[in-house]
Amino acid sequence: MNIVVCVKYVPDATADRRFEADNTVDRVDVDGLLSELDEYAVEQALQIKEKRPDEEITVTAVTVGPEKAVDAVRKALQMGADKAVHVTDEAIAGSDAIATSLVLAEAIKKANDGSVPELVVCGLASTDAGMSVVPPMLAERLGLPQVTLASVVETQGDQVRIKRDTDTATEVIGGTMPLVLSVTDQSGEARYPSFKGIMAAKKKPLETWSLADLGVDAGQLGLSAAWTAVEETAARPPRTAGEIVKDEDGSGAAALAEFLASKKFI
Amino acid sequence: MSEVLVLVDAVPGEGNVVVKKPTYELLTLAKRLGTPSAVFIGPADQAGTVADAVKAYGAEKVYVIDDAEIKGYLVVPKVEALQQLASGKDLAGILLPSSAENKEIAARLAIRLESGLITDAVDITAGDGGGAVTTQSVFAGNFTVQAKVTKGTPIITVKPNSAAPEQAEGAATVENVSVTISDAAKTAQIVATQPRQATGRPELTEAAIVVSGGRGTGGNFEPIENLADALGAAVGASRAAVDSGWKPHSFQVGQTGKVVSPQLYVANGISGAIQHRAGMQTSKTIVAVNKDEEAPIFELVDFGVVGDLHTVLPALTEEITKRKG
Repeated sequence: MNIVVCVKYVPDATADRRFEADNTVDRVDVDGLLSELDEYAVEQALQIKEKRPDEEITVTAVTVGPEKAVDAVRKALQMGADKAVHVTDEAIAGSDAIATSLVLAEAIKKANDGSVPELVVCGLASTDAGMSVVPPMLAERLGLPQVTLASVVETQGDQVRIKRDTDTATEVIGGTMPLVLSVTDQSGEARYPSFKGIMAAKKKPLETWSLADLGVDAGQLGLSAAWTAVEETAARPPRTAGEIVKDEDGSGAAALAEFLASKKFI
Repeated sequence: MSEVLVLVDAVPGEGNVVVKKPTYELLTLAKRLGTPSAVFIGPADQAGTVADAVKAYGAEKVYVIDDAEIKGYLVVPKVEALQQLASGKDLAGILLPSSAENKEIAARLAIRLESGLITDAVDITAGDGGGAVTTQSVFAGNFTVQAKVTKGTPIITVKPNSAAPEQAEGAATVENVSVTISDAAKTAQIVATQPRQATGRPELTEAAIVVSGGRGTGGNFEPIENLADALGAAVGASRAAVDSGWKPHSFQVGQTGKVVSPQLYVANGISGAIQHRAGMQTSKTIVAVNKDEEAPIFELVDFGVVGDLHTVLPALTEEITKRKG
């Protein structure tokens, strides 16, 4: 069985994230890392492999991004993925989710000898754009069903069952492989790479592909080919701290009640 | 004027379905772009109930797609239904309330209709030439982005509380739409559903006021819940409180939980890590109660109390109840 995990290299959320002059996310000058939410996807892919020791299962990590994005798949290899693919091409910069899903879909197929793998695993969302739309777009492009936002994942043979919490209910969803699976941060703590894992990762296959390698026309990608256009980005004026009072013998509650009344909340 | 499709957000009620407020917000936004039409995917016998509700917010048509063949399956049947409804129509946009499922529907629909997609808009206006220009809040609410769709029909998911619903009389003519759903669309199936117990409180993402608790509650959410009930508010929790098992994940406010933007957000015993800020920073008014005066949450508040939530909140709740008589 082949499992492909999609991972993204994102600007560190605790760093000073910003936009470039052309309104694209600055992915080069801001420190980046493997999106925390994709670590859960790597973890679940590895757990599925470990729970099925009698089968031959290959876990491949795939990322699309600038040169530094190779760090994302490297981390996945250190955690235990078997091989990795980094798609990088100047023409990709500025691509929207729709174009990114096209590149990812082609890379997934190529990594799997031209066919669709049994399982494609994604995280809940990227920690930068946070749209949560790449998993369903990938499913659409690969012609697969999707079972998304799993907090619990179980597989047996070609059957996949997940548990997930929606706004109104807890659901159990069933699907048959091949399919696209996305997992949340509730699915289980992601492992840290061990020293052994870090050393072993250096010897694992890591391929770098360009758009030409994938047979994707560069004209379909990048900022100018995107189906959406950002007209303006503006930093939100920082919130300035308002009045802070110390509670002494109930004065805090009284002052807060006064404030809420002045704003007509009570 | 071109038509704008608005996917209705309706939930089962006692007897009839209940159309939820985001539907009216989206109809209001749709009116800025063209002629709003409501799209209801649900039991066909509820068409009248839905039409009565959306009539007052300017819906000219109500397309009804019976869900007998659709319910029980994930996402794709609804995509096929919307794709068939949209084909052949000259649309100025397709607006969907920003739920997890609707974003997935929108994502697949965008590829099928070869149309640009914008998610989690907090405002939509008509730009030069009348096309939709959206506003989004990104990077934990630190930036706002104005964007537009440049290809196909703009498909936009809109966050709750993005507009004040404006009443406008519409014809609300019901039109039943029959769609063909492929077998391939029925491969991911809902095996079991356990509805969450109703709390009687407003929905977290739609509430005008949210009262949240974090690590500082020590697991005791009673003061949080009592204050929420006095204010008619929803209850939220920080990731620390959820990870400690004090509240289910559906209560989590933050980057990996719900992103809320209420009129008033009351953070109690929450330090204000980036993960949490990402979920509440765009709230209109922010208030915090925390024992630690160094807590970063105090950097964003309009009003803060340095004190123990276990004494401050009960006193505040009592004062509010007294004032409300």
